[in-house]
This record gives sequence, C-alpha cells and structure tokens, in this order.
Amino acid sequence: MDPLLRNVQEFITSVPSSVMKNEPAASKRRIARQLGHLDALESEAIHILREVAAECTNPALLFSGGKDSIVLLRLAEKAFRPGRFPFPLLHIDTGHNFPEVIEFRDRRAQQLGERLIVRSMEDSILQGRVVLRSENQSRNAFQSVTLLDAIAEFRFDACIGGARRDEEKARAKERIFSFRDEFGQWDPKSQRPELWDIYNTRVHPGENIRVFPISNWTELDVWEYIAREELEVPHIYFAHMRDVIRRGSGLLPVSHLVQPQEGEQAENIMVRFRTVGDMSCTCPVESTARDIGEIIAETATTRITERGATRMDDQTSDASMELRKKEGYF
Amino acid sequence: MSAIENISFDHAELLRFITAGSVDDGKSTLIGRLLHDSKSIFEDQLSAITHTTRRRGMEGIDLSLLTDGLQAEREQGITIDVAYRYFATPKRKFIIADTPGHEQYTRNMVTGASTANLAIILIDARKGVLTQSRRHAYLASLVGIPHLVVAVNKMDLVDYSREVFERICEDFATFAGGLRLNNIAYIPMSALNGDMVVERGEKLGWYKGMALMDLLESVPIDHDINLEDFRFPVQLVCRPQTEEMHDFRGYMGRVESGFISVGDAVKVLPSGLASRIKEIVTYDGTINRAVAPQSITLTIEDHLDISRGDMLVKTEGDIPRVTKEFEAMLCWLSEQSLDPRRKYLVKQTTRVVKALVTRIDYRVDINTLNHEAVETLKMNDIGRVALKMHQPLVCDQYQRNHATGSFIVIDEVNNNTVAAGMICPVKD
Repeated sequence: MDPLLRNVQEFITSVPSSVMKNEPAASKRRIARQLGHLDALESEAIHILREVAAECTNPALLFSGGKDSIVLLRLAEKAFRPGRFPFPLLHIDTGHNFPEVIEFRDRRAQQLGERLIVRSMEDSILQGRVVLRSENQSRNAFQSVTLLDAIAEFRFDACIGGARRDEEKARAKERIFSFRDEFGQWDPKSQRPELWDIYNTRVHPGENIRVFPISNWTELDVWEYIAREELEVPHIYFAHMRDVIRRGSGLLPVSHLVQPQEGEQAENIMVRFRTVGDMSCTCPVESTARDIGEIIAETATTRITERGATRMDDQTSDASMELRKKEGYF
Repeated sequence: MSAIENISFDHAELLRFITAGSVDDGKSTLIGRLLHDSKSIFEDQLSAITHTTRRRGMEGIDLSLLTDGLQAEREQGITIDVAYRYFATPKRKFIIADTPGHEQYTRNMVTGASTANLAIILIDARKGVLTQSRRHAYLASLVGIPHLVVAVNKMDLVDYSREVFERICEDFATFAGGLRLNNIAYIPMSALNGDMVVERGEKLGWYKGMALMDLLESVPIDHDINLEDFRFPVQLVCRPQTEEMHDFRGYMGRVESGFISVGDAVKVLPSGLASRIKEIVTYDGTINRAVAPQSITLTIEDHLDISRGDMLVKTEGDIPRVTKEFEAMLCWLSEQSLDPRRKYLVKQTTRVVKALVTRIDYRVDINTLNHEAVETLKMNDIGRVALKMHQPLVCDQYQRNHATGSFIVIDEVNNNTVAAGMICPVKD
C-alpha cells in the first residue's frame, strides 16, 4: 500500500460515517444557517478578547473615538458583561484630534462606566521625547513614542486595537496577536505562526502584544455592525458642510493647523470623514451620506480604499505604514 | 420564544479559502483575476499597479502585482508566510489566505489551511500533476480542509485541450482517491485571459462544470462544523460580585462544536462533575439554545468548582478523552529543531500544560510520502509523535473535531510557537 494512504487512513480511522460524510440532521443544520457573517466575526472577536483577559496580566484597550474602536467597545461589552471590563481604555491624544471626537470619547467612556486613561503627545513634546519640525506637521507617526511611554508607565503587556487587515498591505500580513519586542517594534519576518484560533499570548517582561480582534472585518462589516447594534458615532462621519482645500489627490479640512497656501483656495462643500485621525492629514471625502444606511450604501459601492482616500501620510511612500509599524505604531 | 429567533441574521456567508501553488503556476495572476473581475479592486490600487506595470516597461495591467509584498520582502528577497485578502460578491464574503509558494511551503500552507473551508490547488496544464501537487493534496488532507478545487491553469498554452485537462484530472483523482479528499472539483482555466475564473470565456465551451467564482459562491459550508458533539472550553469565569448580581457565576466561552439548550445535562471535564444548564446569557439577553461557533456565557444549576481550562460537554453522546498521553501529527514550524530532551508547553483549547515528546514514530517525506525514522523534527517537517503531558488534557481526535483536536507547541524559553499538532485517534 502507498505509504501515504496508510498514513492517512491510520489517521482517520474510527470516525463515524455521519461525521465523515458531513451529514448532520437537517434540523441542526438550520440552526447554524441562522448565523450570518457578522455573527461569525462577532463571535471570533469576543473569543479573542476573552483570551486576552484570561492570559495577559495587564492589558489595555486603545480607544480613539473612531468607528473601529467604537465597535471594539461594543464587542468588549458582549465579551464581559455582566462583569466589568478587565482592562482600562487608553487613548493617545495627538493634540490634533477633532474636538467632536474627543467629546465623544469622554462621553462614551463615562456611559460605559469604564476607566479611561489619556496620554497626550503634548506632554511628550514638553518632555522633549518628541521633537517636531513644525507645529503643524502631522503627528500620526509620533504617536508611537507616547504610546510606548504609556505602555512602560502602566506596564501594559497587551494593547487591544481596532486595526483591520483590509486597510493596508502591511496590516494584511500581521497576526491577530502581534508580538512586539521591548522597543515596541514589529518584525514582519519573525512573526509567530498563528494556527486555528489558538493564540500564543506569552511575552517576557518589557515586551508586549498588540491584539487586533477585528482583523478579519472590512470597512463595510464595521458599518453594517454599527447599524445592527445601533451604535452612536461622532458626527463628522456624516455628511456636513466644511471648508476644505484641494491638495494633491485629496481634500484637507481647514483648521488652525491647515490653512490655504499660495495658489490654494478654501471651498465650502458637502463632505464626510471615512476615518478620524490627525487633523492635519486626515482627508474628508465628498459625500451626501447623512445616516448610517447611506454610509453603508456608499461604502458598498466606493471605488477607493479607505486609507487611499483619507490618509495623506500613507501616500508618502509605498511602505509608509510598514515603516511606522516597525517603530511601534499600532 | 427564544431570543435567538429575534436576532436578525443576514444570509450572506463567509468562505475562507487558501490558494496553493507557486508564482510559476500563476497563483498571483489568479488571485488578481478573481479580485479584478469581481470588481473588488479599488481605483487607487488599480492606478498604482498600472503605474508600476508601465514603469517596468510592460503593457496593460500585471494582475500579479496586486499581491506584491512588503518592502522588507522585496529588499531581502524573503516572503512572509500568510497575507489575508478580503473581497465580497453579492452572494458571499471571502477571506483568502494567500501563502507564498516555495521555501517553507509546509509551514505556510499548514498555517493558512488551519482556518480554511476550501483549498485551490493550482496545476500548470503544461506540466500536469507534479510532486508539488501531491504535496499540496497531502497537506490539505492532513489539515482536513473540507473542499478542494483543482485549478488546471494556463489552458491557453495547451490550446484549451480537453484531452490534456482530462488526463490531469485522472492523474490527480488516482492519487487523491486514497487521501479521502471527498469534495474535489476540477476546473480548466486561464487566469491570464480570464477564462473560467469569473467569466466563462469562449475557449472552454466543452467544459460544462462551474467557473471558479460560481463554485466559490455556492459551495455549501454550513456543515463544515461538527454539529454532533457539544464542546465548551471555559475561557473565563464571570463573577461580577455587585449587589444585584451577588450570586452570579457565569462560565464564558465559545461553543466550539455542537449545540446546547437550557436544561441540558452537562458534565465538567476533567473533574467529571455533573449539572444542568440553567441559563444561556448573552449581552442581548438570555437565549434558549446556542450553537457553534457562538460566544456565550453559561450558568449551571449547581455550585461546582469550574475554572479556565475546564470543558463542559453533554452527558449524553460522545465524550472527549481525558488523557495525559496521546499521539499526534506534528508540523514543526521553528528554525530550532525539536529537542526530545526538553519540556515544551502545549496549548490546546484553553489549557496550557507542560509536555514532553516521548517518541518520534516517523517523519513523512512530503515529496515521496514515505515514512522515515528520524531523531528529531526540523522546520517544515511533519511527523507522527507521542506526547506526554504534565496535566491531563480534554481532547478529541482532530479529524472528528478540529477545535478540540488541535494544539500548538510553545518554546518556554523564547515563547515562540514552534509546532502545530493534530491529535491522532487512539490505537486499538
């Protein structure tokens, strides 16, 4: 007999025929049918959050007030209620955040009755830990310094974030449990293999793990989930009139950080944000979507990727995100 | 009425698949073609690859650039094991685990395959069934991927010959017959020209089966999960200890297989203590019945000592093994070879225990599929071993239950994941 056959047959002997032939009773099959893809994604994320809570000593959940971390908070409620969250919420405030998002962040944390820790880049700048070329420069990449300082201050061994693999090609290759060395660096070459849904959460003191429970969600999944769960999101996600400048291939919101340069003119048009981040580099898109249903319709038919449309800092080079991540970005 | 019926479910499903093959087989072109023809490529991505194609002095669009790697990979000529890609059609959502083809193939394919419902094995029509195709089929059967598609690509280079296609199918079927790969579909295609990927094209009129996309959209996946045996590894114990919930003690976890209803008799393993399900609690209210793969919180009628690592099962029906020893197929993933003198950690469901490899029965030569006697397992080796654990594990054989039959091996010193294991049935 072919050795391969012997090997395999040995391996699968004594399996009842009903299991091998995949023939569950019709009634049981119907139960599984009722679950849609959002339920599958939700259940996977809850499982991941509970693994973090059970195996990590001192985790934190990164909450920015953006849509992805809003979804994370609902998933944490689903994972841990009626108990409290087994971790605090952590926000790295660049000082360049949209005021309505900061207001929303504080209100949401209070509603949940969970602890919110804010560490601000202003402090890192005052302490001389972050040195910027100019006041108006994008602060996105420098968040890493403040984040790593916060991780050291509170001795967090795991940080839960709302990053998704569909966002960017460096993200596409990252694990759900992503190991970082003591400098917070991601080494794409030496990632731990991640099989089935058995997660290796072990770290040495000083190292930590970034955990991405919604790795497998797409932008559309996030909006469909927000609709299903009737979650509140900051108003800037909906279409509104705003002064913007056309620069490069994108729109930039006029603010105290961004003013028209020579030859540019501010226009007042109907826009919304697809992501909320650093005000100096997060671009709104032209849109008339005024509610979640309209956002879903728009997301389902958009022809531009989320980051391609909205993040100037991702366009500086083919590998911007990869480079930021290697330096500790989440 | 149970709350489960109140949840509004959408009927779109999620299919996870893996593509097995090397760049030479046209794998990147196939993935690019699937994304392009299903209109899943965004304009900014398309303009970026159009630009790169031109810069490299070529015409049109090189679809393989869509799966181009990271800077680290380009600079160092390495490939990072698995990249995940997402696309959707009106009928289904898809997750592709895209694994690079050449070196470290075993490690990469096993990793990608561990969560896949379906594998596409690419065969170059000019070359036919190669050792590599046998290897892919073996790994697919080892990891127990329920569905297999044999994509006979580059049909344009063999004049779309029906004869060539049928000969390859026969070769593959002869070989695969012994692998118990039940659901195999064969599709002739040209990923380059787009024949039989999303569109049927005009050159393969003699082929009456489904085009690849039609198959991906319709292959039944709802019974890939074991719905017979209820398995509930406890992840966390919830004790809010607030005034109104003073006595609440909930066991949090995910139904890994089977289903559970309020009132069902259950047993806690490894202790063997028995009780009944009192409530199934979710954030959205209590429900009467839960099914794999739902994450839920269970309460039971009695006060028992239950903690993380314990497993709840139904008293009736098949019961998992509680054992300190088992045999397993081990896929070694680490550059540091297996050292039989050393203790490792085994993580299986929610348990982590110390373990020793007490015996290596053989290594499988994945090119010839012969068994070889070896002293150790090196990176990318697959072998059958015996393990002895410090504490008992609650487990099933892998082929019956992937969730309770799989485990990872962790090196205690550097904390790396060094192996993936699949538990073998007990020998008589």
